Amino acid sequence: MITKITGIIRRDLRLIAGIVTNNSRVLDVGCGEGELLDYLDKNKEVDGRGIELSSSGVNSCVAAGLSVIQGDADQDLDNYPDQAFDYVILSQTLQATRQPHKVLDNLVRIGKYAIVSFPNFGHWRVRLALMMHGRMPQTDILSYNWYDTPNIHFCTIKDFVALCVKLNINIESGIALNRRGFERQIGGKGLRFANLRGEQAIFLLKRH
Amino acid sequence: MEQNIESDNSKEEISRVTLGDVSPMRLDCGFELKNFEVAYKTYGKLNKEKTNTILVCHALSGDQFVSGINPFSGKPGWWDLVIGPNKLIDTERFFVICPNIIGGCMGTIGPKEINRDTGQPWGLDFPVITISDMVRAQALLLDYLGVDKLFCAIGGSMGGMQVLEWAVAYPDRVFAAVPIATASHHSAQNIAFHEVGRQAIMADKDWCGGNYFNHDCYPKRGLGIARMIAHITYLSEPALQSKFGRRLQDRDAVTFGFDADFQVESYLRYQGSTFVDRFDANSYLYITRAMDYFDLAERYGNGSLAEAFRGTNTRFCVISFSSDWLYQTSESRAIVKALNAVAANVSFAEIDSDKGHDAFLLKEPEFWKVLSGFIDGAAQKYGLNGSQ
Repeated sequence: MITKITGIIRRDLRLIAGIVTNNSRVLDVGCGEGELLDYLDKNKEVDGRGIELSSSGVNSCVAAGLSVIQGDADQDLDNYPDQAFDYVILSQTLQATRQPHKVLDNLVRIGKYAIVSFPNFGHWRVRLALMMHGRMPQTDILSYNWYDTPNIHFCTIKDFVALCVKLNINIESGIALNRRGFERQIGGKGLRFANLRGEQAIFLLKRH
Repeated sequence: MEQNIESDNSKEEISRVTLGDVSPMRLDCGFELKNFEVAYKTYGKLNKEKTNTILVCHALSGDQFVSGINPFSGKPGWWDLVIGPNKLIDTERFFVICPNIIGGCMGTIGPKEINRDTGQPWGLDFPVITISDMVRAQALLLDYLGVDKLFCAIGGSMGGMQVLEWAVAYPDRVFAAVPIATASHHSAQNIAFHEVGRQAIMADKDWCGGNYFNHDCYPKRGLGIARMIAHITYLSEPALQSKFGRRLQDRDAVTFGFDADFQVESYLRYQGSTFVDRFDANSYLYITRAMDYFDLAERYGNGSLAEAFRGTNTRFCVISFSSDWLYQTSESRAIVKALNAVAANVSFAEIDSDKGHDAFLLKEPEFWKVLSGFIDGAAQKYGLNGSQ
């Protein structure tokens, strides 16, 4: 959904893969060309499934032997039964969904754990761009114009944490990644700092 | 069980086996079918572990000659583009079985065959059959061939219905299933088109109440019209437009008559006339009826398709085509939705094509890429290596 800066996103996927345990059942929502599923299949022997919006993405996934269907996070998650997967992953897609709160609710319903990553709109560069230029921010990672962006529901790390509290979703752990790919645990006093310095965040969630 | 290999004048052999000889096969209508023949073709070799079988289920007007040259028509088999040595479904690697369905007219028992009790063709005395009956007969054929479990069942249109029936009726015997351009039940529109086709056949006076074989006649016009109607449903508006448009047939102006002025008319007439030479009119009635009766959810899920699939361990790959208005993508999505509801392993791709329902039989590189990827991926999971 967002422009993928190789170094950073690869790191993001690697971090997500690091959370997933071997031989688990995984659903990757918005799986793109299947990079993560393929990695998990080969390295963690997971039973992996994917949902992808673009038909070119779906077709290349299936052609690569991955179990992927065409669909989207807003409409197709309702079909899945409770706790059907060990992990449901939503990487860099939350901001493009119509109803992020419902999607989050579904993720922790379908999965024993949900792993969610998203670009942080509270990052200092975003704040600076708006403050200094008075224009909608365009950064490396948020490269669309305001009028043609698929990203319709941006949030900051703080917003996300607040939503989880509201939805009664437990945050097991959180990591903020800065531009150079440095990681920082999100939690307690670190939240404010992470919200300023983290270009993107990865959360491990569980229903209370 | 005995196997009769009959050779016709060409190089091909037709394998036929008599099934239901130990105990009769009970059909859904209650009729008990005994000592009935099933014609089939196999390609490639069954491996030692008996794990490399792919069952190919044919569509309404298909037959067992899926690959190579069809000995009756002299033309390539109906899926020769996809199946054969070193092709997408590589017969050097897989053991491919393609049976002619019961109710058909290419050697398997059907209304055209002789009823042993009367010495006459069955005609309308032949019991009404269902997709489940077809699949039950195929299961007996697999028993006979010594194949316990299919690596994959694959088929388009009515073949896809058989694939779905296989996966639900024999979940332990199907590792992977590929239902293509199909539906879990026949819609009102599907039934409506079939009914018009059947009425065309039965309205032909040469049909003789289904008894034409005793009257030295044949309902050519009726069957031809049925085929013409069906053929329109297999194409799409853009396909017809680009193939024919409003172009005239061998003339410069319309003739102010009812001859085939337009190319599309001439084409349909040709489709109708060639079909009657190779297909039995009563078979057409029976097979279309079987398709109309198909409803997987009602039969196995008490109305819920998800219930029908519950507990399945089969890997599914559902494929539809964007311009197919006979078995629309929404029908495939309903199958996928039901499979998701029971957390089954399913892939689903809609292939962008303007060729309509028939796209699954034609050269569609994107479709082939998806199909080939799924089969390779499934083979790997099933422990089948590159060469057998």
